[in-house]
Amino acid sequence: MSESVKGNGAAKALRWVGTRAARPDGVDKVTGRARFGADLFAPNMLHGRVLRSPHAHARIVSIDVSGAEKLPGVKAIVTRDDFPEMPSEWSPLGELIVNYHDMTRNVMAREKVLYEGHPVAAVAATSPSLAKRALAAIEVEYEVLPHVLDPVEAMRPDAPLLHDHLFTAGVDPRPETPSNVAKRVQFGHGDVEEGFAAADLTLEREFDTRPVHQGYIEPHACLGSVSEDGQAELWVSTQGHFSVRGHCARLLGWEMSRIRVTAAEIGGGFGGKTVVYLEPLSLALSARACQPVKMQMTREEVFRATGPTSGAHVRVKIGATRDGRITAADAELVYQAGAFQGSPVQPGAMSAFAPYALDHVRTVGYDVVVNRPKVAAYRAPGAPIAEFAVESTLDELARELGLDPLELRLRNAAREGSQSSYGPKFGPIGMAATLEAAKAHPHYHAPLGPHQGRGVASGFWFNIGGETCATMNVNEDGTVGLMTGTPDIGGTRASVSMMAAETLGIPLERIRPIIGDTNALGYTFVTGGSRVTYSSGMAAVQAAEDIIGQVRARAARLWDIPVEAVEWQDGMVAPAGANAGEFDPMSLADVARVSGKTGGPIVGEVAINAQGAGPSFGTHIVDVEIDPDTGRVSIARYTAIQDAGKAVHPSYVEGQMQGGAVQGIGWALNEEYIYDEQGRLENPGFLDYRMPVCSDVPMIDTVIVEVPNPAHPFGVRGVGETPIIPPMAAIANAVEDAVGLRFTELPMSPPRVLRALDEQRERLQAQAAE
Amino acid sequence: MAKLHITTTINGDATEFLCEPEQTLLDVLRDELQLTGSKEGCASGDCGACSVMLDGRLVCACLVLGAEAAGRTVETIEGVARGEELHLVQRKFLEHHALQCGVCTPGFIVAAKALLERDTDPSETEVRYWLAGNLCRCTGYDKIVRAVLDAAAEMRGEEAGA
Repeated sequence: MSESVKGNGAAKALRWVGTRAARPDGVDKVTGRARFGADLFAPNMLHGRVLRSPHAHARIVSIDVSGAEKLPGVKAIVTRDDFPEMPSEWSPLGELIVNYHDMTRNVMAREKVLYEGHPVAAVAATSPSLAKRALAAIEVEYEVLPHVLDPVEAMRPDAPLLHDHLFTAGVDPRPETPSNVAKRVQFGHGDVEEGFAAADLTLEREFDTRPVHQGYIEPHACLGSVSEDGQAELWVSTQGHFSVRGHCARLLGWEMSRIRVTAAEIGGGFGGKTVVYLEPLSLALSARACQPVKMQMTREEVFRATGPTSGAHVRVKIGATRDGRITAADAELVYQAGAFQGSPVQPGAMSAFAPYALDHVRTVGYDVVVNRPKVAAYRAPGAPIAEFAVESTLDELARELGLDPLELRLRNAAREGSQSSYGPKFGPIGMAATLEAAKAHPHYHAPLGPHQGRGVASGFWFNIGGETCATMNVNEDGTVGLMTGTPDIGGTRASVSMMAAETLGIPLERIRPIIGDTNALGYTFVTGGSRVTYSSGMAAVQAAEDIIGQVRARAARLWDIPVEAVEWQDGMVAPAGANAGEFDPMSLADVARVSGKTGGPIVGEVAINAQGAGPSFGTHIVDVEIDPDTGRVSIARYTAIQDAGKAVHPSYVEGQMQGGAVQGIGWALNEEYIYDEQGRLENPGFLDYRMPVCSDVPMIDTVIVEVPNPAHPFGVRGVGETPIIPPMAAIANAVEDAVGLRFTELPMSPPRVLRALDEQRERLQAQAAE
Repeated sequence: MAKLHITTTINGDATEFLCEPEQTLLDVLRDELQLTGSKEGCASGDCGACSVMLDGRLVCACLVLGAEAAGRTVETIEGVARGEELHLVQRKFLEHHALQCGVCTPGFIVAAKALLERDTDPSETEVRYWLAGNLCRCTGYDKIVRAVLDAAAEMRGEEAGA
């Protein structure tokens, strides 16, 4: 299933880290006991629903809620009038930044609706069916405006303008007229013109990708409860309950201390649950009704009004010498942000060429607003689009140069000390190690069948650290309660507890991990950016070290010897040598039992801003098979290789690699939004927005490479994001290998592939006739 | 609108509930009976997160009306384990780490159990097609398929030993 390639870090024997231990929340999740966002009920609870715009772009002339208010059982209605105006101001959110002026308008439309599905009112009623009836009784008058969906069209001077006060940032001089281009960014170093002049061969290609949704199986859901004195509780499926608290407080004009947010179990997020949609509405409705208000989206609402990631147009130009040394690399990226600025074009531009050591590199990105839902982070936001374009172009370059595609990448791979295309120099990294592992893998040398082709591609993601708290309570019997603030989206209770158990030297089963609410521990940044095992792991290790220090001090006090004379070994305190005194070693339980006599409860508390996150590189190999009659591309074999730094729980590392690869397969082959001429989404459901199902994919083989990250106590890098980056290019490269056609537009869905195959057949027939 | 009074059997227990005519069996299980192990992912029969057994047949609870449960037997994820003993499929999902977020897991377990009750020797392809009505966005299905194949193997082993 998986093999492991060790890096140069000589690891000491580990008891828990690196094992496939049982996850602490496993039984709850196989029995249906785990409580996700929609699974909580409160006494006297109301049901909330949202009225949404049927238009892609329209001015709101009036909203009349009087008919709905009169319906029996309708307890509260909120519209734009219930949310204060917000200044234009930036605040960090995951790898992205947000603007409350825009966020309040996304949560509830003000002057205009900017996409189909944009909220215009919300109601709370005594039953879901009554809430639905109340929505039908609200009258909204719209003045419909022309709309624009495509980012390149939206950049044109005559395009419908979404925001009258949006002037392109990052250009000098500042434009005098507003446009849909929110921002221009540029990264790179060297002189690309000089680099292209030194090239023997230069390729320039253009690519188009479509917005794709994160596709979490659990729709957004929350339950807000505000009491008569204004104290609020919110139970919500989110990747970051501290961010939810902060955003709700700002949007409602409340002090943060009024709002206590508890993270429910989360049914997938992939970046899409770092955003607030229903949460401020539920609190506003509850504050008005003085009753708890539960809200949950339908799948249709999820598609029409949340996520996705950007669609984009990308131009890539790469020059190389005959022996396959890249002399210059240049890219221009146009990303659509949805209705409000803030696409992931910046991380896209930063990551585009990051796998390679380049003397001359430049990327320019544009953030463009269009009449679609505001994009949200999606797994390595921005990078899959940019790296699809770069990795596809590199494959063509290898073909033209007659070089093995892995060899071309190896000759240019970023290594320790290389200056990255986005600025800093790399520390120890595993890019070359993943390429070597790919070259050595039997998959790369296996024979191919008819209509089959093979492709490879690599990927890079930064990974992040950030603000993180952990509290460790030693119970009276020596067992341990471990509290962190990062919602567990895929097994991190296990990985974080394993590092804590390893540090403390106690059995894993003696640690009970929980995710604390916003009042239980200090501000903790979201589950995102592949940061949880890294940052919460680091905080938990430091909390364990804090406990060890305290336990040594307690033992010193009990034994009446200096603390320096007490050692910590294998979960026990013992005198350090014969000179220290003759005392029997004591376990954590022995010390905890008498902690009242030595100073009170033993509690370790850590609050850090985790630094030194290590970039993660991956290389994927895929074999595709193409049905010449239908244009269907199927995946015959797949191998994902990635540097994890250290795989704390190899099964969940493999799981991230497999899940990311299959999301990438969906992005490559099927997933896209289809709009009608009025800008209304035609496929807002899982039947027509076709995510991969079990019968669409084979087993996904994995190889975990371990080049330790020196900044982490166990060498951890993040693993979650990188695996969604290589699949699109790897599959496009495999399709070219199979049928000699280069697809520069995603998805490579059966109609598109069949059309290209038919055109190819016509071309060949015409040639044969000549 | 008057509610309907329905008598049915859920996880072996005689159960009565009141429901609106348009409420689905999934709405009733979750909102009226607080059996929230069955999840709503789509409400259109595409994701399988609400998979339950109705008179021994695998169905999406979102595609059945609550009123249709009258006089029939319903088995949900809450009825899969026996006391403190997990069902073999549940155990194999844990052993193979076949879940990440876990929201699709109840549906997969109900569906996989239904498969193994019909066929203890499915091929990988048969498992994949049987589970094609259950969406998982986290795992890429690899470990889920392995868990089900391993459960089948253990089931066959037990039968051979019996």
